[in-house]
Amino acid sequence: MAIEVNGKTVELDEEGYLVNLSDWSKEAAQMLADQDNLKLTDSHWEVITFLRDYYDEYQIAPAVRVLTKAISKKLGPDKGSSKYLYELFPYGPAKQACRFAGLPKPTGCV
Amino acid sequence: MLHIVNKSPFDRNSLQSCLRLAQPNDAILMYEDGIYAAFKGTVIENDIQTTLSKCKMYVLKPDFEARGMNEGNVIPGIQSVSYSEFVDLTVQYSPVQAWL
Amino acid sequence: MEESGAIKKFMYLNRKAPYGTIYALESLEVVLIGAAFDQEVSLAFVDDGVYQLKKDQKTTVNSGIGMKDFSKTYRALEDYDIDKLYVEKRSMEARGLREEDFIVPVQIIDSAQLSALMAQQDVILSF
Repeated sequence: MAIEVNGKTVELDEEGYLVNLSDWSKEAAQMLADQDNLKLTDSHWEVITFLRDYYDEYQIAPAVRVLTKAISKKLGPDKGSSKYLYELFPYGPAKQACRFAGLPKPTGCV
Repeated sequence: MLHIVNKSPFDRNSLQSCLRLAQPNDAILMYEDGIYAAFKGTVIENDIQTTLSKCKMYVLKPDFEARGMNEGNVIPGIQSVSYSEFVDLTVQYSPVQAWL
Repeated sequence: MEESGAIKKFMYLNRKAPYGTIYALESLEVVLIGAAFDQEVSLAFVDDGVYQLKKDQKTTVNSGIGMKDFSKTYRALEDYDIDKLYVEKRSMEARGLREEDFIVPVQIIDSAQLSALMAQQDVILSF
């Protein structure tokens, strides 16, 4: 699988995650969201940016319960609720948001 | 002759065998997990010191940097080398014995 | 883990240096996956396992050894409610390392303390 982003071919694995993390761009993120018929808003970007920073610091995509806890700490409890995050990312805040953020699937996610 | 060692001296006896069988004027290069032998303060530092009086010793820099080890703690007398200098050593010495 | 409610003590016993073999990374992944279950988890670092926690690891994917620096991930363990990290003193000292060489706070314990901790576990996972 692959998508075309600004004339460059970006490879995806069989579940739609980027093969090379360095291929990520905002355009690539929106194209991945298009596959799920989702228009990325500022609220989505806030979570995506959070995930990319988390990965940069810890080299992992966090599990959902870790993500909610960490977001509560940084962006406030309203945004750290599962409800809020599932509304933004209906296929799962860890699974789907990580895909848009260009990260691997969270460890332990099936 | 060039000896190359890629196993930790604390996990396998590869380095001990190498040190026992190396001849004066041989060169010994430590890489991958073998780099742990090249640092000060370990229980094998004395064996390394003894070997340094008869052999040249080298340690591969990208491998020890990856493992969080610092050039300043390399035992004096051991020279740190890049990948291309590693290649030069394999050209300069013959044969090459890999202590796997 | 099918006995829900019964909290068991799990110890991950790490004895290999990172990068040279896959054991260290595998152990860490199992720790993260296992954290989804309610268990009392501890990590012990023995023999070359103490090198896993060495700070200042500089790996790069495009140059150097071409691998991810997973030592950063040990700093995320507290987010996973894992805060019992033990380093065997003898293993640390044999390698010329000191407590301040580690990337995360650890408890330095002697061999007798480690034996006692191991004896208290329900399960020991060895890597």
